[in-house]
Amino acid sequence: MSSLLEVEHLTMHFPVRGGTVIDRQVAKVHAVDDVTFSMVEGETVGLVGESGCGKTTLSRTLLRLLEPTGGTIRFRGTDVTHAKGRALAPMRRQMQMVFQDPYASLNPRKRVGQIIGMPLALHGTKRDAREERVAELLERVGLSPEHINRFPHEFSGGQRQRIGVARALALEPRLIILDEPVSALDVSIQAQIVNLLEDLQEALGLTYLFVAHDLSVVRHVSDRIAVMYLGKIMELSPAEELYSKPIHPYAEALLGAIPIPDPKENRERERVVLPGEPPNPMNPPSGCVFHPRCEYATDVCRSVQPPLMEYAGGHLAACHHPLNVTPQEVAMAKRSPASPLSAGDETPSVAAPVADAGA
Amino acid sequence: MSSAEPILRVSDLEVSFATDEGLVRAVDGVTFELAAGEVLAVVGESGCGKSVTAMTLLGLTRSANARFAGAAYYGDTELLGASDAELQQIRGAEIAMVFQDSASSLNPVQRVGRQIAEQIQAHEKVTDAQARERAIELLERVGIPNARKRVDAYPFEMSGGMRQRVMIALALSCDPSVLIADEPTTALDVTIQAQILERFRELVAQMGASVILVTHDLGVVTDIADRIAVMYAGRIVEQGALDEIFYDPQHPYTWGLLGSIPRLDRPRPKRLPTIPGLPPSLADRPQGCHLRPRCPHEFDQCAKTPPLVARVPGAAAHLDRCWLSCDRKRELREIEPGVIGLRGKHEVELTKGGAGS
Repeated sequence: MSSLLEVEHLTMHFPVRGGTVIDRQVAKVHAVDDVTFSMVEGETVGLVGESGCGKTTLSRTLLRLLEPTGGTIRFRGTDVTHAKGRALAPMRRQMQMVFQDPYASLNPRKRVGQIIGMPLALHGTKRDAREERVAELLERVGLSPEHINRFPHEFSGGQRQRIGVARALALEPRLIILDEPVSALDVSIQAQIVNLLEDLQEALGLTYLFVAHDLSVVRHVSDRIAVMYLGKIMELSPAEELYSKPIHPYAEALLGAIPIPDPKENRERERVVLPGEPPNPMNPPSGCVFHPRCEYATDVCRSVQPPLMEYAGGHLAACHHPLNVTPQEVAMAKRSPASPLSAGDETPSVAAPVADAGA
Repeated sequence: MSSAEPILRVSDLEVSFATDEGLVRAVDGVTFELAAGEVLAVVGESGCGKSVTAMTLLGLTRSANARFAGAAYYGDTELLGASDAELQQIRGAEIAMVFQDSASSLNPVQRVGRQIAEQIQAHEKVTDAQARERAIELLERVGIPNARKRVDAYPFEMSGGMRQRVMIALALSCDPSVLIADEPTTALDVTIQAQILERFRELVAQMGASVILVTHDLGVVTDIADRIAVMYAGRIVEQGALDEIFYDPQHPYTWGLLGSIPRLDRPRPKRLPTIPGLPPSLADRPQGCHLRPRCPHEFDQCAKTPPLVARVPGAAAHLDRCWLSCDRKRELREIEPGVIGLRGKHEVELTKGGAGS
């Protein structure tokens, strides 16, 4: 298994301009702040977090729709961080995106054939070959090739999302970034699209970066999951393990906030409601960015940014007071090279400064 | 739940709209009652008529192209035939609404406190200063920190969660006896959703208001509802208490809905169960049971529309619209032991011969 995509210390800061008379940069929004991870061919990495945590900015930066402010992106070993124009074209072919809103992401004045054929045309496929390929793609995503001359408004939300998937597949990409691909759809249709995406992955050997805020859907599709908060990766773990033993208090809180669609279990479950709202990314808190909302926070959390520690099984978490791990596991944990550059050297102590924590 | 006189009675409600594609029957014979202090969740997918039902109760769907039939009684007042002036008296004061999208439902050029005060003053004779004090108090009750200062904020200065709290404060401002909440937390992040649901539940219980919660999220429903009505293509297909719907669902559509949610509390299935096909167009719906073309268990009788009646022995308030016998349903709905869902059509055909139904 080779790395398809390697991201090192990637940052994306947006300048905020202002000032009277003289226009100058007064602040910056830390949308993506020193993120390191890699993806191997054929896997699905889920990227979760609340609105404003930087997950969409990260995915757009990976596709080079945005020019990163720092760090490196390597795609199949080639550094593409600052590639421009012609150098970018071959990489663009291999990296495609499916957008969240199937109503806004398809041009209402173009026919389905034109929409799906556009990437082919841009990359120089001749007209006849194009039509054949579009028909094949429509079939692949569960639509009828006869739909080729219809307009997007003639389709339901789920069918439109299939068109979006067909367009992304047109150039035979290796990596597809799925930005909330099912969150605008009804549950029964969500399930259809999720199954379609999984079938395609198996048949074509695709690699997915699945960006979503819905942890239940993400668990279903992902091999590994990264949890982001305020531009940083808080936890990166094999999918099942994130749900059975979340190490970071934020991951635990996210999981706890989801109501379980089973009345009895829901009544029995003790819910801890996370207080407050995510802070302003223009002025992130000192130390661990999560500390103002964290019930386990201590002095070290307020002053020192925690490094990403690697626990058994490749489970990474950036927390001074990790949950659900034994003291031995904490002692065995190593500082991961994926840690942000500004992180401190403090190694975590076992959690539970708060009475009811241990469980 | 009290057994007293229901606070709201809707019978045979029909709403249709004349459109270019013909008459769209958005709501088709919806009947339900709302008891004092209960939370009724209306669930279903987009286009099933759940929002139109809710909005019609407040006269918000009235237009030149809309046709109504049936009746909706709030106490002695019939809402469908009420004049605009009568409705004005009821709206906000007796029956209030919480909308989904706080960004487009609040007035962007008016301070939030002023918007709340305006509603109070529309229904009660109070001075500006008194109304403002009430607004501050309401903002505090819905959990907005520093309410005395935030009362002068504009909606754009607030986060989505805070704006949704303002929407709730606005709805609660005149102490209504019925609250209609249309997807109140759908646009919010999970942690904020949990905060707001908790607060909403407390406030409603304190006030003793009844709630109609329109949502597609069965997780939210388990958190807050007493009773559930499941809608499909303009009709209620099943109605019953929370536990009845989750543990003894009678309509194949309900099975499909329950089955297609990915669950955090269960082992991950290889494939997500789905409901095959798409919901019908409301302008051209199938004869008889609307689910028929998508239902793997359909048979001859499904060509006739099944009435919404109690079919489960011993559960008089558990109604559904499916011709299958109760025993048969209990056999068919498990896709694997303990898991409810809708089977694929081909699976059913494979087993049909052996089962000898």
